[in-house]
This record gives sequence, C-alpha cells and structure tokens, in this order.
Amino acid sequence: MRVRNRAFFLFLFLFSAPVFASADERRGDAFVTSSIAEPSNLIPFLASDSASAEVSRLLFNGLVKYDKNLKLTGDLASDWDIEEGGLVIVFHLRKNVRWQDGEPFTARDVAFTFRALTNPSVPTPYGGDFEKVVSLETPDPHTVRVRYKEPFSPGLASWSVGIVPEHLLKDADWPATGFSRNPVGTGPYKLVQWTSGEKLVLRANPDYFEGAPFIARVVYRILPEPTTAFLELETENIDSAALSPLQFKRQTGTPFFKTHYAKYAFPSFSYTYIGYNLRNPLFADKKVRKAIGLAIHKQEIIDTVLLGYGRAATGPFLADGWAADPAIGPSGFDPSRAKALLAEAGWRDTSGDGILDRGGRRFSFTILTNWGNTDRKMACEIIQKRLRDVGIEMNIQTLEWSVLLREFIGKKRFEAVLLGWQLSPEPDPYDIFHSSKTGPGQFNFVSYKNEEADRLMEEARRIFPEAERAKIYHRLHGILSEDEPYTFLYVPESLVALHRRFKGVEPAPAGIGHNFIEWYVLKNERKYR
Amino acid sequence: MNYFLKRSGGLVVLFFGITLISFAVIHLAPGGPTDIYSQMNPKVSAEAAEKMQKLYGLDRPLLEQYGSWAKRVFFFDFGRSFRDGRPVTKKIAAAIPVTLLMSVLSLLFILAAGIPLGIYGAVHEGTRRDGVLSAVLLAGFSLPVFWAALLAMSYFGVGLRVLPVAGIHSLFFDEMTFFEKIRDVAWHLILPVSLSALAGLAGISRFMRANLIQVLKENYIRTARAKGLSERKVLYGHALPNAILPLLTLLGLSVPGLLGGSVIFESIFSIPGMGRLFFDSVFARDYPVIMGVLVLGAILTLLGNFLADWAYAACDPRIRLGEKF
Repeated sequence: MRVRNRAFFLFLFLFSAPVFASADERRGDAFVTSSIAEPSNLIPFLASDSASAEVSRLLFNGLVKYDKNLKLTGDLASDWDIEEGGLVIVFHLRKNVRWQDGEPFTARDVAFTFRALTNPSVPTPYGGDFEKVVSLETPDPHTVRVRYKEPFSPGLASWSVGIVPEHLLKDADWPATGFSRNPVGTGPYKLVQWTSGEKLVLRANPDYFEGAPFIARVVYRILPEPTTAFLELETENIDSAALSPLQFKRQTGTPFFKTHYAKYAFPSFSYTYIGYNLRNPLFADKKVRKAIGLAIHKQEIIDTVLLGYGRAATGPFLADGWAADPAIGPSGFDPSRAKALLAEAGWRDTSGDGILDRGGRRFSFTILTNWGNTDRKMACEIIQKRLRDVGIEMNIQTLEWSVLLREFIGKKRFEAVLLGWQLSPEPDPYDIFHSSKTGPGQFNFVSYKNEEADRLMEEARRIFPEAERAKIYHRLHGILSEDEPYTFLYVPESLVALHRRFKGVEPAPAGIGHNFIEWYVLKNERKYR
Repeated sequence: MNYFLKRSGGLVVLFFGITLISFAVIHLAPGGPTDIYSQMNPKVSAEAAEKMQKLYGLDRPLLEQYGSWAKRVFFFDFGRSFRDGRPVTKKIAAAIPVTLLMSVLSLLFILAAGIPLGIYGAVHEGTRRDGVLSAVLLAGFSLPVFWAALLAMSYFGVGLRVLPVAGIHSLFFDEMTFFEKIRDVAWHLILPVSLSALAGLAGISRFMRANLIQVLKENYIRTARAKGLSERKVLYGHALPNAILPLLTLLGLSVPGLLGGSVIFESIFSIPGMGRLFFDSVFARDYPVIMGVLVLGAILTLLGNFLADWAYAACDPRIRLGEKF
C-alpha cells in the first residue's frame, strides 16, 4: 500500500509538473489568430461587427460578465444588489482598478458610458437596452445606482457592455476615431499596433486587476478568405482558426495536424430556422406549419450540411441554457402525419399533378435566404425535396443580405425565410416573438401573436431570480413549439482548431475562450519571443 | 489653345456627371449602411437604426445629399467612412501603395515575358513550337485565377514551405532591419505577382505576335531582306519598333486599371489593397468610401482620355485645328 502510494505521488509529480510551473515561467509567447474581417471600431458600444467585438472584449471590461457556465458574474463590479422589487440595481464596483494609462477607474466612468450610450449623436446600435433606465446615480466613487422605469431583468446583462474612460473621451467628437484606433481600457490586453487590412497586435496588461495574462502578445491577422486561413493553419502561421465541418472532418486528419493542433467542437450560440409569414393565408393555419415541420427530416440536414456537427433545434433558447425546457424535443420526422394534417387543413391533390391544391390554388411558395451562405442554401434544397414528397412545391431564392432585409423582410413581402438568429446567454426573446414588435424594421417580422406568450414574455422581464424566470421560459418554449411560428431546424457546432502548445485550455459551455488569460505555453515550447 | 480649354471645360462637366450618376446608383441600390449594425441582431432596436440613419444624413432627399457631398468634394473633403469613422482620403491613401506596387510589378513581369514570347511565336509562326506555346498560354489565360492561386499556395507554401502563403509582411515585420524588410516584402510578393501576371501574359504575347506577323509581311521588310540585312537586324532594327507601337496604346489604356486592384487576388492573398477596400465598402454600403474610390477612378479615366486626346492632337494636326479645315 505504501509503495503504491509513493508511486502515485511520483506519478502525480511527473504529470502535474506543468501545473506547478510558476507564474513567471508561464509568461511569454504570442497567440496568433485570424479574423475574417477588419474590426470597424474598438469602442465597445460602437463595435457592432463580430471582429470588433472579439478584439474589444480583450481591451475593455463590463460591470458584469458571463462565466464559463454562462452565469452572470461580477467583472468591474464585484457584486450587485437588486432593490425596490427590481426597480433599482446597485452595482458595487471593484476598487483598485486602473485604466491602462494609470488613471483610477470610478463610478464616473460608468455614468459617462451610460450618457454616451443614450446620447443621440453617438451612433451606437445598442442604446435600446438602456431606454428603460430612468436615472443613474453615483453616490460614491465605487457605487452605481441604476433606476429603471419598471423591473427589467434582461437589463442586468446589458451592463456587460464595455465601460470607457471619461477622462479620455469627455470632449470626444463621435464616432471618436482617435480613441477607437488607440483605445485605453481596463482589460487584460492593450492595443499596441493596428495595421489596416493586415493585423492588430495586443500586448498583455501587466496591471490587469485579475492578474496579468500569461500570453504576452495576441495578434489578429486579417485573412478575408477562409481557405487562406486554413492554409496558414497548415503551415503553423496561425495558432487558431474556426473550421468548416468539411475541414474539421476530412482535412484535419493528417499526422501533422494531429500532432500540432487540438480540435474543439461545442454548440454555437445560434440556431437556424424557417420563419413563416403568418399574415400570408397559406401559413395562417397552424396545421400547415406543423405539417411542414413534420415533413422535414432535421437530422438529415445536420448529417448532410453540417456533416453531423450540430443538433436539432427545439426552440429559441440556447441549447443547454437554463431557459430551454429539456423535456421538449424537436418536431419529429413523420411525412404521413404531415400529409394527414394537410388534408385536415383542406389541401388535396385534385388536379393529379403531385402538388396539393385547395380552392384552385396550388400549394406553392418561395423561401428566401441570404446569398453567400452555402449551408443555408443546401438546407433549402434538402427541404425542397422533402416538401415535394408531401405535395408542396417550394422555390428557393437567394438574395443579397441588404436587399433581403430591406425589400423583403422589412416590408413583409415574403412567404417564408430560412435564416438564423445569434443568441446571447440572456434568453429574453421579447423582440422576436412579442406581438408589439411587428412594426417595420422590428424583429417579429413573422407577425407572431399569442396572448399567453405575450404575457409570459412580459412577466419574465419583471423577475430576476433565474429559477423563476426559467419556469416561465419553459412554458413559453412549449407554446412556441406547439404554435410553430418558426420551424426550428438546427444548432450548428462551433468548430475550432487550436495549437497544442497552449496549456490551460478548459472547454466549458461558454466555449474555450473564457479563461484565455490563464492559457500559457511552457518555456521549451515557445514559438515567439 | 482654344481646343484644350474646350476639352477641359467639358471634362469638369463630365466629371460631375459621372459622380452624379454613381451617387444615384449606389444610393438607389437597396439596403443601407446601417444594415450591418442591425444585421439581425435583436439587441439593435429599430429606433437605434433610425437614429443612425439621421446621424449619417441618410433621411434627407437624395439630391440634397448629393449637393452637400459635391460641395465638400469641391474643397477636397471626401468625408469619413461610415464603417470606422476614418477619413476616406486616408483609407484610400493607405491602400494605393500596395496595389500600385503589385500591379506595376506584374505589368513589368508581363512585358518582360510577354514581348519575347510574342516575338518567338511570330518568328516561328505556324511551327509545332508555336502551337505548343499558344496552347500553354491559352491554358494559363483560361485557368480560374483563384483556383490556380490556391493550388500554388498549397504547393509552394504548405507542401514545399519555400514561399509564404499569404500577406505582404511577416508577422513581426516591424522588428526587422531595412534590408530584411525589403527581402521580406519581395518574398511575399512572388506568388501574387507571378500569378496575377499569368492571365495577362497570354493577352500581351498574343497581341505582340499578331502585330509582328503583320509587320513582317510589309513591303519594307521585304526590301530590308532584299538588300541583304541580317535576319537579326531585320527583326530587331526594322520590324520590332513598328510592331511595339500599338502596344503602347494598349498600355496607356491600362493605366487606370493599375490602381483598381483585384478583389480576388487581394482576398486570397490577404493583401490590403484597393480592390478589397472597394469590395468591402460596397457590401457595407459605406457610401463615402465608395464615392471616394469612384471619383479616383473617374479622374484617372478622364485624365487618361485627355492625355490620349492630347497625344493624338500633338501627332495629328487635323484634330488640333478642327473646323478650320
């Protein structure tokens, strides 16, 4: 027993040596990654594209953030209280946080950021979350009291917006390009170089309040062509890249790739769906929508389009998030039931051409999707075949994004669309399914209206405790699944390759980037100075 | 003198005509610059999108928008990009050197290889070698460039690891010495320049070959041969200068194209040039940048035409003196 114990300790010592490497020994090397587009603006609330958001996340902090399990936790605020039945949120700010230029971070900066977000001459797309705020007070330098018109629980997550320094921006001429290209934040990295169209270089902030990150430099190389990014991965010129299902499955099996890169797959924060224009008589009948849902073989789409890297979507919530009701499955694949439902709705093939008709009108419609997204186009083609099998003719039209949005969705001139939504860990689907959001340019463009669903969404916004909100959202999930204003299709997986020299990577529901500042490279494996 | 005044006056009118039409066309294209913000992001409210429309002045009538744009352009103010707020002139100025370097190098490459190939083809007209050469050039011309580029990147960059895959600089370019920098850029330019030359090679060499064949059939060539000149002298002393002249016209016309850049090449090789700037701006509906690039193109084209007219006028008195005859 003793001997075995000793062997165990020896084993422990040998294999955990890297874990015991001191902080200084871990410090160094560079993480080189690629971005498909150039960031447009690094000021957090002006950064609307994903490239900007990704970089600005390393430069700035919000008051709150999501941890690896997608729970809200303090960031610049150490904690917060909900007061007066949810009308007031009080943030207690961390002391000893400094801007990268040495100035102390205080509640004044939070107040300034709030004023900028609601300033009509600041071109931010994110003002909407803050419209419900009545006032923001700073009783002392480390306390922020936010008062809302009505209790608004999604508002808490909106404070994850990056806070900007008042002392550098108070006289700014928006959109403040000087600052946006030379930003000063509180975050773990600072921007040291930005060569337009080529790369951005970030350097570790030694005074970061959570401790300096181990990786000394982060480089974003702008590689607009995904194939080029993949070739750069194969030559070890970049350390990480998002992969397509085809690359992930078929092109990364070489011994070289396996020894140098680790691959990660986790559910993405998005889903793909068919949205029906409910004002169109064709889709006003729930039976018809359900029939289409039953006629589509979702796993087939996942296996063909995503090569299996995805799962069937069941509703508008994060696949493993707290808001989704795990008991609700995807609508099944049952063509005969679909046919029966269509017959119940009055659709029969009286003309004998294989296409159903009712009152002289053939069941034929056009689905729209955005040009340039091959996955969606392929999904449309598979669906086209499956619907043909139950007697529905579906035409496919792909349109440039702007045109699709402005001319068709915005003006409600469509029959059905195949599109996707990006999700955040905050589940509130109010903007997408509430009946008050059907105006021009608003996101309930399918014109869904269900009084109970409306009431549930309003109620969930007034409640803060997650467990209670979850109950409401589970019910809503059931209603949406029953009404089927959308046919939820699939949740693709995010596929990533990462160089093996990076240690400390911890896959979690939030992905792998959540503990980036704890990643490190052992001294003998370092590639860059 | 009168002729030039009239011509330049016409140019100014033409210039504003071009800008008016371009302005109208890009604004009438569906979609707008704020779409990239509200790209199906439920966090972006319709009110916010409207607010941005107003900030960019996009809610005003088109003619009024054009008026204020034209007024600013008159004072050489092209405005700022909607996308990142940087001055348009700065963005264009940053993209020009790379594009110019690439297109000039590739043009030189085309001339250096295309003219000799054309001469070779003309001299050996109708032979087997000429046939093979034609077939190879035709193949080079017909290859989809993006495909050829990817194959070359994969072979030289990934397979052999002798050339960089993409970009025009190494990662830590700034830490290099001056000579290392020059070597580094040259290293990165080999693939994109030679590949972009590949397609142009066929055109120039075919043109050269056809011209030379034509010239070689002229009477003065027969005379030169008849008086006993060496074939070398006939070819290089008499035929070639005459065959090259039309080529110069062709080159003159390609001048505006030198700054145009190629979206495909710049995207595949991740080169931040004019082609990509324009392409990205169009998709983001970044009107000020689109207009800036179009204005540059219009000026270069008009200037090219003006210079061509001037050159013709200088050579041909019938044009210069016009109606007096």
